[in-house]
Amino acid sequence: MRDRLLIYSGLAVFLLLVTFPVWHGLAAKTSAAAPDVRRPAGQTACVATRPYMRKAHMALLVEWRDAKVRRQQREYTAPDGKVYRVSLAGTCLTQCHGSREQFCDRCHTFAGVAVPDCWKCHTSPPAAPTGANTAAAGGVR
Amino acid sequence: MKLSRKDFLRLAAGAVALAGAGGLVHAVNGPDATPRLRSGQDRKRWGMVIDLQKCHEEKGCDRCARACHATHNVPGIPDKAHEVKWIWNERSADVFPFQPSEYTNQSADAPLPVLCNHCTDPACVRVCPTRATWKRQDGVVMMDYHRCIGCRYCMAACPYGSRSFNYEDPRPHLERINPDFPTRTAGVVEKCNFCEERLARGQLPACVEACPRQAMAFGDLNDEQSAIRRILARRFSVQRQPELGCGPSIFYLV
Repeated sequence: MRDRLLIYSGLAVFLLLVTFPVWHGLAAKTSAAAPDVRRPAGQTACVATRPYMRKAHMALLVEWRDAKVRRQQREYTAPDGKVYRVSLAGTCLTQCHGSREQFCDRCHTFAGVAVPDCWKCHTSPPAAPTGANTAAAGGVR
Repeated sequence: MKLSRKDFLRLAAGAVALAGAGGLVHAVNGPDATPRLRSGQDRKRWGMVIDLQKCHEEKGCDRCARACHATHNVPGIPDKAHEVKWIWNERSADVFPFQPSEYTNQSADAPLPVLCNHCTDPACVRVCPTRATWKRQDGVVMMDYHRCIGCRYCMAACPYGSRSFNYEDPRPHLERINPDFPTRTAGVVEKCNFCEERLARGQLPACVEACPRQAMAFGDLNDEQSAIRRILARRFSVQRQPELGCGPSIFYLV
């Protein structure tokens, strides 16, 4: 048992390394809780159902983009019959979800999914919420 | 008739060669995928008339360019090699380089506004490998910045130099960003879009609206009753280098 010290210190190092994600998470004060995305105040429905938007908002955005830019279809009729102006910043964000930081980035950061390069060209409404924006974002922040 | 093995092989080889040649001819000589919109009375063809006399009377005016560039978030990049422009003033002698003479030299430096000609047969559209630029049914030569890969073939093809490339991020060069129109990003080509977003709302292009002398007229070239056609019927006009065959939709009244 002359190697006792070596074995125990090796075990300690091993345990430290294995549990690294746990205490690193604790130190960085991260949480596994998903972002609290509330329904925008004063709005009852999105352009599509909630499960669809969760799963396929990217497909819808691409469809909107192609419809507007390439086919000049500037209006979108939702399944419930409501007509929306096709505009990422003008409709999605300004009317309901606030801003890129308030809406897109929170889930994308949480899920570790890179935000596509929409915002290299498109301009999001300002992140610092004005009164209307705060209400629109469901009072988040 | 009894076919020998040799004859059968000969026939088969001949048939394959014929089919191959047919495909090749079709590929080289086949119909152009992009529709030609030269005629078609049921369709609009947006065009513009610029009255150079009125324009010259407003010396040093660049309100059309400023209005356009503010509307479309076109950056003011000081480096000439990187500059981006949709509509700008150019030397008359450079725009209309035909027949220079010692008697016309004095007016050679007079500036006149130039922009994308929204050609009927645009060279830029023909060369674009991704169809990021195409000819719309209403005559607007449109750009899809999402699809542009920045190869700049269109810039090489355009005889009018109407296109600019974003060598750098344009945002630091914008005084203020119009939130209703996207900016562009480094690596894409851009140009005048004939204010298609304003046309969709029933408005005139920003440059036409901004002109203090109403030197610019905008309308449907396919409609004989339109104001622009009436002007063209009454006054003599020139296009930029029509001999190149692109069919510009911008007419200059001289």
